Amino acid sequence: MGARILSMLTVAGLAVAASGTASAASPPAAPLKVVATTEDLGSLAREVGGDKVTVDVFSRGYQDPHVVDPKPSFILKLVSADLLIVVGRELEIGWLPPLLTQSRNAKLQPGGQGHLDASQNVKILDIPAGQITRAMGDVHPSGNPHYWLDPDNGRLIAQAMKDKFSQLAPADAAYFAQRYADFDRRLTEAQKRWDAAMAPFKGAKIVTYHRSWPNFVDHFGLNVIGYVEPKPGIPPSPSHTIDLIREMKAQQVKVILVEPYWDLRTPQAIARDAGGEVLVMPPSVGGVPEAKDYIALFDFDVNLLVATFKKVGISR
Amino acid sequence: MRCVRVLTVIGVCLAAAVPVAAQSPVSPPAAETAQQALRDELDRLRREFEVIRKQYDERLLALEQRVSELGQGPSAPSGTAGTAGATGTTGTIGTAGTQDPVPAPQTPAAAPPQSSKVFNPDISVIGNFLGVAGKNDQSTQPAMQMSEVEAAFQAIVDPYARADFFLAASPEGLEVEEGYITFTSLPARLLLKAGKMRAQFGKVNTLHTHAMPTADRPLVTENLVGGEEGLSDAGLSLSHLVNNPHLFLELTGEVYGGTSAVFQSQQRSDLTYVGRVRAFRDLTEATNIDLGVSFATGATNIPSALPTGGSAGLDKQLFGIDASFRYRPLRRAIYQRLNVRTELIWSRQDTGDDLRESAFGFYTLGDYQFARRWYIGGRVDRSGRTLDASAIDTGGSVFLTFWPTEFSQVRGQYRRINFAEGTNANEFLFQVNFSIGAHGAHVF
Repeated sequence: MGARILSMLTVAGLAVAASGTASAASPPAAPLKVVATTEDLGSLAREVGGDKVTVDVFSRGYQDPHVVDPKPSFILKLVSADLLIVVGRELEIGWLPPLLTQSRNAKLQPGGQGHLDASQNVKILDIPAGQITRAMGDVHPSGNPHYWLDPDNGRLIAQAMKDKFSQLAPADAAYFAQRYADFDRRLTEAQKRWDAAMAPFKGAKIVTYHRSWPNFVDHFGLNVIGYVEPKPGIPPSPSHTIDLIREMKAQQVKVILVEPYWDLRTPQAIARDAGGEVLVMPPSVGGVPEAKDYIALFDFDVNLLVATFKKVGISR
Repeated sequence: MRCVRVLTVIGVCLAAAVPVAAQSPVSPPAAETAQQALRDELDRLRREFEVIRKQYDERLLALEQRVSELGQGPSAPSGTAGTAGATGTTGTIGTAGTQDPVPAPQTPAAAPPQSSKVFNPDISVIGNFLGVAGKNDQSTQPAMQMSEVEAAFQAIVDPYARADFFLAASPEGLEVEEGYITFTSLPARLLLKAGKMRAQFGKVNTLHTHAMPTADRPLVTENLVGGEEGLSDAGLSLSHLVNNPHLFLELTGEVYGGTSAVFQSQQRSDLTYVGRVRAFRDLTEATNIDLGVSFATGATNIPSALPTGGSAGLDKQLFGIDASFRYRPLRRAIYQRLNVRTELIWSRQDTGDDLRESAFGFYTLGDYQFARRWYIGGRVDRSGRTLDASAIDTGGSVFLTFWPTEFSQVRGQYRRINFAEGTNANEFLFQVNFSIGAHGAHVF
């Protein structure tokens, strides 16, 4: 028996050594199998990868990406994937680590060749300074993970994907470069459109449910004066709601931005009291059917915002 | 920052002091040459020191820039300074400059450095406070107790493995509840664990106390599968994921030394073996089904207090079937979910002289989240006893859980048990579960 265990261990040890060398083997000829944790990353991967990649996505656009069940069916996607793209900044901390441990795919582990943290080269906001505790709610110690909501960051993410795809499939590097250039051009054009549409509302004051929009409001020059949540991840409380209504009235704030996965009762009650509008706005691709890709998401959100601002009479 | 320079100066001084001490007792003519050599040596050291200083200044600048970019703690500089300083004192000055102390900006950082604790594992402590009121003749549970404090240490070991340690302090003492390494980069879709762990036998056996949906464990666990401690032992666990894109199908084989609450071995060859097949499939995006079949075999002792007189090294087998159905609408995942689970367990125990006792038990549990912070549930219990299959205990519970946040929960549970002896237990259980620190997410 002891000998059997010993030989089992030896086999395992050899296997570990073998897998180390295996990962350095030649790149796959078939399309790269990409898994992205959110639809936003999935959309950008499709833009850059075209038909040289297949993309699977875990969290749906109408789902809170913090709250995802680490279902074994996701492991089936990970086990054969060449590349995993994550949002990072602890967005997936509650569900991705056990999936990765069970993925049996060494490449995808943090630090592996097939692990791309999309937050590495983008503009990150809300990085807490000083001591942080959970008394502050669900604070992300390394900054706000909703950074894809700035189109300039979207471009940087796409660029990082182009580089990673080219590294994993060098034969298709020119193809990825061309796809990226095309996306960059379309995004730049679209940005002109969005910036022009949003320009009249620079400095407009809004309230949001969760801190999902710092990069979006930073890019378009909006001003968030408060949140429906008293603290990140903490459900609305009566006293905070009263304070918020008072503040909205004092500052004449008329728009409350809510992600599709939150309960609308409290925001609607606040809007009734403060005389404002609740705007259910998708923060992710797939949050509504119209937001079918990254550019369409901004088209949808910008149109929705502009229409609402006009409706409530904001135009400063 | 300054300590880097201080360290380097000390290093250079030490290096210089050694030749001085060695040269001191020589005669005057020789001393002059020696002095010259010393002067040369000092000059050389001074030059090298200048070079190092320059390199450090450059590196510090780069690091400071990086730190301010990240807006985070001074971990990278202090870590680098430690190694660089040591390199200086041991005299391999040339190599110090060639190392790249600034991590490449592309380095994937799952947990970006925040402080000098960068390589410390994730540490968390979970407290389980348990109160009980009411009547139960067969229980010695005190009215209130800190039934368990669990300390968890979890981190990635190296590119090939991760490690998880769970120490549990209870009124009975401190023990290693689990402590194992998981090899994550094996070929052939294998996953190997080595250490002490909860065996992959059914569902409840794999759960830590704080992850249970109830304040207690089901009757069948208490009667047939070792209660709170359960089937938890030191051993090896190897699992294979069957290659197919449609169904998650996992085969697990485990071998344990035989020192658990269920199996006790008298000799080295009496090992415990556990096997499990698990299948999982999504029915829709909101619903899924999870099925498992488990088997365990090993040797046990029967305590001498029993009428049979007690015996050691008797064979025992456990066989289990578990089924779970889960519902969680994605758009309302924060507010609504339903788990329904059942486990059926058969136990076969040799009682000596070719006699066997075959007992059966099961539980069925439902847990429904009806608001963001509220869960309500119920459980039905029925179980024979390992050594007396005809003694059937039955029971039922209803429970209500309030989650202020995901880091704390307060639970009330009413439990009724009808013991085979004809006595009843009517109890109210009260539980507060709370955690601090970074606790790794649980396996689904």
